[in-house]
Amino acid sequence: MTDPVRPVLHARGITKFFPGAIALADVELALHPGEVHALLGENGAGKSTLIKCLTGAYACDGGVVELDGQLVDPGSTQESQKLGIGTVYQEVNLLPNLTVAENLFLGRQPTRWGMISRRRMAAEAAEVLAGYGLDIDVREPLSHYSVAVQQVVAIARAVEMSGRVLILDEPTASLDQGEVELVFDVIRRLKARGLAIVFITHFLDQVFAICDRATVLRNGHVVGTRALADCAPRDIVHLMLGRQLESEVRERHGGQGGEVLAEIDGLGRRGMIEPFSMRIRQGEVIGLAGLLGAGRTETANLIFGAVQADQGGVRLRGRALSLKGPRDAIAARFALCPEDRKTDGIIGDLSVRDNIILALQARQGWARPIPRAKVEEIAQGYVRALDIRAASLDMPIRLLSGGNQQKALLARWLATEPELLILDEPTRGIDVGAHAEIIQLIERLREEGMSLIVASSEIEELVAYSTRVIVLRDRVQVAELEGGEITAGNIVRAIADEDREVA
Amino acid sequence: MAAPHAPLRRLAPQIIILAAVLALNLAVFPDFFRIEFQNGRLFGNLIDVLNRGAPTALLAIGMTLVIATRGIDLSVGAVMAIAGAVAAKIVVDGHGWGTALLGALAAGGACGLWNGVLVAWLRIQPIVATLVLMVAGRGVAQLVTEGTILTFLNEGLIHLGAGTILGMPTPVVIWIALGAGVTWAVRRTALGLLIEAIGINESASRLAGINAKVLLTCVYLVSGLCAALAGVIVAADIKGADANNAGLWLELDAILAVVIGGNSLLGGRFSITASLLGALIIQSVNSAILLSGMPPEFNLVIKALIILVILVIQSPRIGHWLYILRASGGDPAPRRKTPVKETAR
Repeated sequence: MTDPVRPVLHARGITKFFPGAIALADVELALHPGEVHALLGENGAGKSTLIKCLTGAYACDGGVVELDGQLVDPGSTQESQKLGIGTVYQEVNLLPNLTVAENLFLGRQPTRWGMISRRRMAAEAAEVLAGYGLDIDVREPLSHYSVAVQQVVAIARAVEMSGRVLILDEPTASLDQGEVELVFDVIRRLKARGLAIVFITHFLDQVFAICDRATVLRNGHVVGTRALADCAPRDIVHLMLGRQLESEVRERHGGQGGEVLAEIDGLGRRGMIEPFSMRIRQGEVIGLAGLLGAGRTETANLIFGAVQADQGGVRLRGRALSLKGPRDAIAARFALCPEDRKTDGIIGDLSVRDNIILALQARQGWARPIPRAKVEEIAQGYVRALDIRAASLDMPIRLLSGGNQQKALLARWLATEPELLILDEPTRGIDVGAHAEIIQLIERLREEGMSLIVASSEIEELVAYSTRVIVLRDRVQVAELEGGEITAGNIVRAIADEDREVA
Repeated sequence: MAAPHAPLRRLAPQIIILAAVLALNLAVFPDFFRIEFQNGRLFGNLIDVLNRGAPTALLAIGMTLVIATRGIDLSVGAVMAIAGAVAAKIVVDGHGWGTALLGALAAGGACGLWNGVLVAWLRIQPIVATLVLMVAGRGVAQLVTEGTILTFLNEGLIHLGAGTILGMPTPVVIWIALGAGVTWAVRRTALGLLIEAIGINESASRLAGINAKVLLTCVYLVSGLCAALAGVIVAADIKGADANNAGLWLELDAILAVVIGGNSLLGGRFSITASLLGALIIQSVNSAILLSGMPPEFNLVIKALIILVILVIQSPRIGHWLYILRASGGDPAPRRKTPVKETAR
């Protein structure tokens, strides 16, 4: 980088390995004095890992961090605090039962003849907070004040203790609009004081409201650093989600699908997702696109009955279904591969074989056990068909790799011969080979006439297999793309909220 | 569904420990293994162990299933008292022993359902939910017996606790038959698999379409029924229902039996046979203490020490050392390090 000003903090070549994965690969981050720098990326892109490497919570496996041109290597968060790097997390990391002043000065209280001077502490605390535009009684317990005020106190504490670099990890996630303004006001004051600030959030509008530059991470790599003044939200979404947007054109095989299998009519749940309607035809893949928190998973869960809808309904071939829970959905030949494989998918201690037959067995009921020979046939069949690599079908499924676990879960649902298969992030956290195989499998199932709904944050993936894409933003369906309209560009535009209505 | 020798491998630690404790018995009492047949009944210390161990064994059957679902049933001792009281009350009121047995089972079943509803439907933590009945149950039993020890002379009922079937004490026949029956029922149907699934990961099981609520309720129901049988046997044995002392602290012995049986308190894979061996181990320890002629005030301390040794031997860390020992000895198939996780099939 050829910057006119020397960066306050310059991290270069930061690399971090986790067992079996590269969390960060050769990451560079430069922070200038008086700038607010957004750190962006989907979940798992490496934002938190990078922060932890900078603050000494993790030891880097490679790379250097320079602070004001000096090489530093903080071994712990305390050490990095002393060096001048302060961090504020989404969950306020203070002690709610202590007073505001005590929280500000905990561990370094002003003393008088070896005793803590409460009066001086209160006076100094009030003075410090006045510098942040906060006029509150510092002798009240912290829990007395709103989360936003607590957040400001946390920022004040971090700045007073460190004072050169401030890292804000989703500080606004649980704040409402007015409170966000309060925090932004504080950030602007600190910016004027010349601090370098890292701001992490999932809200793009906030990024454009407060930040000067943004660094975007994807899969542990820096995919770009942009000055926000000369780019649009679309560019940032591109960076966050896109892989190779050049290859966005592909031949569309398969058509509109066959007859209507299911109709979803105003299905919704208050506070979770706005009512939505869609028609699902046989032999089509409906992609659900949107940023994190846009409502992809909620849509999937609602259709499957994993979460109860409080309005609307689902009709299967014109007949109304009562979906009180997954059991009803399974009886109607729906299937859902959930997003969180570990907590909602696998039964870790059970064998691969038992995991594969579980849904089928549950639908048959306990009194009709699947005969051993049939179990073996089903399990072996799917192990071959999906190329599940396990040393033995008797081994607990938790010992398998992520990709093989996912394939075993797909096998569990395919064994129930579903008519509608809902996949929530089917390719998250699995290796490249399994990734391609799962995409091929989706294509094959569609060709065989199955209906699929696939929620994914990988846009190229959606472009590759969807016959229709529904775009969600802020828990509302905002666009529906069909046929030739399905391009990464169009999806990104719809996600980024540009004035483009798609027919 | 594992290899054919897997059940034996799963039970090996319990069998070895039982053999060791029985050997200890033999050491303190040389005639320990002698069994005689007199007056149409088998007599001997070994038979006594089987007979005296019946209540704990019965409780352990239900407790194994409850613990497999990551739950616990603290109320079984109190349910025993209730069931005993109900049975006694029914025969004292002049009804037959069959009615009394059915009444006791109904009472136990109702208690189990109560626990099941609290745990499965109201989502109260099992330890708290069953604590309610553990405390309240003895009160209920006292209400039934009206505060006295309700004695009875009904031959049929007494036979359940003190009689014999083909020379074998009735309680022994009952617990072995029930243990075999329940094991058969959970392994020949898909119940065992489904119970293990909800014990390991309830949320994933629910999404896979398992009716976790009904299954959980049933498991507590079975535990209540087992406790009722145990209560009837204990009451029949002393020909009276003692609301205060019947089954007192027996819930702890039952949990211990399940743990000695190598079943994880975190739920999941279970083996009823192993729990029953655990119950026998506990009873053999009791017997060894009695036969050794130690002053009774030592009993609890010694029991605690012996059980501590058993649990230490079973701890995963010791298992891991054994694993390393065997692996370095060139054993081609060393045992896996945690006996707890082994399949029972």
